[in-house]
Amino acid sequence: MALPPPDPQFVLRGTSAAVHTLHFSCGGREPDVPVLFSGSENGFIHVWNLKTHRVDTALDGHGRKSVYFVETMGGKDRLLSQGRDQRICLWDLAEGRTSVTDSVFTENVGFCRCSLLKVAQGRWLMAAAAKALEEVQVLELPSKTSVCTLKPEVGAKLGMPMCLKLWQPNCGSQPLLLAGYEDGSVVLWNLSTAKALSQLVCHQEPVMSLDFDSEKAKGISGSSEKVLSIWSLNEQQNLQVCKTHKLVNAGISDITIRPDKKILATAGWDHRIRIFGWKKLKPLAVLDYHTATVHCVSFSDHKNPTERLLAAGSKDHRISIWSIYTQT
Amino acid sequence: VSFIPGGLDCSICFVSHVLGKGCVHGRQKEILSVLIPRLTDLTKSDCIWQRICWRLVECVPDRWMEAVVLGFVQRAPGADVLSRLLGNLVVKNKKAQFVVTQKLLLLQYGHTTAVLQNLLGYLSLDGLRRALLIKVLQELLETWSSSSAVKHSPPEQQQYISKAILICLSHLKEPEIESCRQELLTSMMEGVKCHLDSSLPQIRHLGMIVAESISLKINADGPVLKFQYEEDDETKALKSLLVQTPPLCVVPSLPDDDRNEKADAALPSVLESTEKACTAAPVMPDEESDAELDSDDDLIPYDMSEDKELKTKAPVYIRDCIEVLMGSEDVDKWEATIKALESLVRKNPAATREVSVELAKVLLHLEEKTCVEGFVELRQRAQVAVLTTDPIPVAKYLTSQFYSLNYSLCQRTDILDILVLAAQELSCPKSHGKAKHSGAQKPCTQSLPGSDSSKDWRRIVDERIKSKTRRFATGKSHAELASGPNEFSSVAGHFFFPLIQHFDRPLTTFDLLGEDHFVLGRLVHTLAILMYLAVNTVVVTAMGKALLEFVWALRFHTDSYVRQGLLSCISSVLISVPAERLLEDMTEELLETQSWLGDVVEKDPDGDCRRLALQNLLLMENLKKKLQTVPS
Repeated sequence: MALPPPDPQFVLRGTSAAVHTLHFSCGGREPDVPVLFSGSENGFIHVWNLKTHRVDTALDGHGRKSVYFVETMGGKDRLLSQGRDQRICLWDLAEGRTSVTDSVFTENVGFCRCSLLKVAQGRWLMAAAAKALEEVQVLELPSKTSVCTLKPEVGAKLGMPMCLKLWQPNCGSQPLLLAGYEDGSVVLWNLSTAKALSQLVCHQEPVMSLDFDSEKAKGISGSSEKVLSIWSLNEQQNLQVCKTHKLVNAGISDITIRPDKKILATAGWDHRIRIFGWKKLKPLAVLDYHTATVHCVSFSDHKNPTERLLAAGSKDHRISIWSIYTQT
Repeated sequence: VSFIPGGLDCSICFVSHVLGKGCVHGRQKEILSVLIPRLTDLTKSDCIWQRICWRLVECVPDRWMEAVVLGFVQRAPGADVLSRLLGNLVVKNKKAQFVVTQKLLLLQYGHTTAVLQNLLGYLSLDGLRRALLIKVLQELLETWSSSSAVKHSPPEQQQYISKAILICLSHLKEPEIESCRQELLTSMMEGVKCHLDSSLPQIRHLGMIVAESISLKINADGPVLKFQYEEDDETKALKSLLVQTPPLCVVPSLPDDDRNEKADAALPSVLESTEKACTAAPVMPDEESDAELDSDDDLIPYDMSEDKELKTKAPVYIRDCIEVLMGSEDVDKWEATIKALESLVRKNPAATREVSVELAKVLLHLEEKTCVEGFVELRQRAQVAVLTTDPIPVAKYLTSQFYSLNYSLCQRTDILDILVLAAQELSCPKSHGKAKHSGAQKPCTQSLPGSDSSKDWRRIVDERIKSKTRRFATGKSHAELASGPNEFSSVAGHFFFPLIQHFDRPLTTFDLLGEDHFVLGRLVHTLAILMYLAVNTVVVTAMGKALLEFVWALRFHTDSYVRQGLLSCISSVLISVPAERLLEDMTEELLETQSWLGDVVEKDPDGDCRRLALQNLLLMENLKKKLQTVPS
């Protein structure tokens, strides 16, 4: 007899707006408190204290325009946020400060979340959608120098980039970029040559979100239709579809694979969070708590496996925190 | 009775005479219970004994033949045994033929299925007798398909005849079916029409099953007649008659009976256990192979059975609902509306009252657009909700529509059902109104809820006082029933009188007193329930008087379902109207009714009618006694 799905461990309320992005920062040692960053539609970034379940700080840096991406850069003292005011802001949060140290004006009016990759100590690469419709620009942070601009060839008709993922095959080697586009295809870009290495049509509808497992060279993408597509990268650096999984209801806003690569979570437009096993995409659980579209899911980076959490942010202004499959 | 062992040429006439006389004087059981088993044994393999047996029964004088044959048919353990014992008696002896083919089948109906099997099997076992079998089948079918027989004979007799027909059919062979195919078809068509016309569900089922079986026999390859009815034990038993099981090869003789039975019992249990062992074994290897595949993936899935497709939302306002139901092309929305309608109506009584008649009209004409589960119940609950929210105008509308042109029988009976359900809800206090509504409405024979609750309440109080606590029981919901106004009181008349008004006025498509006697039966039952629910209301006396007059006008109706309804009407009147009012205002009607009830008890062919009439007479007696004991 299968058990009924678990209830959320706790629910964070108080954003008073739809939650578009979440990011955990729980890796610090005592007396560091584990925190969760959330970006909402009203322009605020809330820093949630996971011990007290209350907001420690609220950051207002995007002129009340929706924040749709947050990520820490090496510890919770440095935060990057991206908002609909066409800006990417870098924050300094050490010692109780809440100031924007730097910002990048991307001139992009889309919704594509940028992607961060640490390449060396104190150096990051950031890929973000650029001003021109189909282009992706890659910048180095914190120097803000442009590394390359990835332009699809003329006539490719890929549409806007919808989601990005920077990754390195092994430490130290050339970083690559996976980009999902509006026409449903995923493209692998080589940053040094600024050329597309492989293009794969995974969906009939725009690719809403993707995630990639660099160890297994396997990735997964979700779109606005009912299909999840799993594809892999072979030695010739060609993408090919491994399998597809049909969902009950259409629409995925976000997919994320847990850092230990055992499970993955999808955020659905049907208000449900689905958990799958990553090895064979075996459906494991359907978490039904939210009453509106779930916009984002994120796994925590706790050092202790049993403390690991999954967070989901939804249009119903709530963030649900789940503790699921923590034994493995 | 002892037998002289064979070898001698003896005259058995004397023995036949003794046998016959003994049987006719009622000693059938004693004589034949010894005789038949011995004869069965002796005739098993010995031809001479068979001939002796035949001679024995042939020599029985005609005036005692019936008793003897009946005894043999009832006691023989199987058709083949009967065949051995009686031989071709039916062909040789006119009286025996009459008994077997006419009396036992058409004139009597109390015999068991085993007797029928014996008899008809016996007829089928010999070539000479098969002609009789076909004749018997034709006569049975004639009776089965005659409409007056269906209307006037008791249901038990009709069941008996149907069983006999089914057994005959099971014995018929192909060439015989060929020869009488046309007749079978004609009788089937006529018979099925009369049976389906009946108001009693039992008769309808019988008709359907027999017609299906006949059609199966005459049309084994082609399309077969198939009716839709609920399978219950009775229908399954009837259908099993169509298949003939081969007679038992080993007929256990008397002393061996017990041993054989035990052996038989032992066999099935051994078979069962071996089956179980077999099924257990294959399960194991499957599980193991599954475990192997999953051994690297040790994540156990949770229960995902709740993961279903999202549904579209229903409108939130009543007027929107009306719009969607009337003309929307969006089937998802239509479905969602239909499902949400009842709760919306109940939550917004004020809004519903503004559009109640319109909504009732839309719902009455609503047809199933998509395949919604439980559509009929959803629609009915919505209609009941509308009716209880705004009783008077909606009741006026519904009762007027009941007598209007161009409605289907289904819609008219729907109207009656809704009126009853709503009356039930209105007459019980609020706490009961939210209880589940059951489907079919049959007049209930429970005693008044009012008196029950007061008795319970008293009993509970006494108990509590005894145990010296001051709290009243919270477990019994009956204690709450006593409060709450009876909302049915103000509207009972609006439900009741319009229904009674026009019953004798025929319209072109609707003739209560003529063809549509099924609806008349339903109407009468509905009036009985409404009367019953009107207890303790102000208008109950007027209703009672009108109902008794109505019953008087219809008391000789030929349909037994209608008569049952009329008798329940009388019960309701006797229960609901206070005794003093009954005696003062309705003495004449009561006396007339009493004499009619006496008639029904004695002469009505339907068992249920007789029973109900007897109950009514008892009720009247009780009333009289009650009034006599009360000091005036």
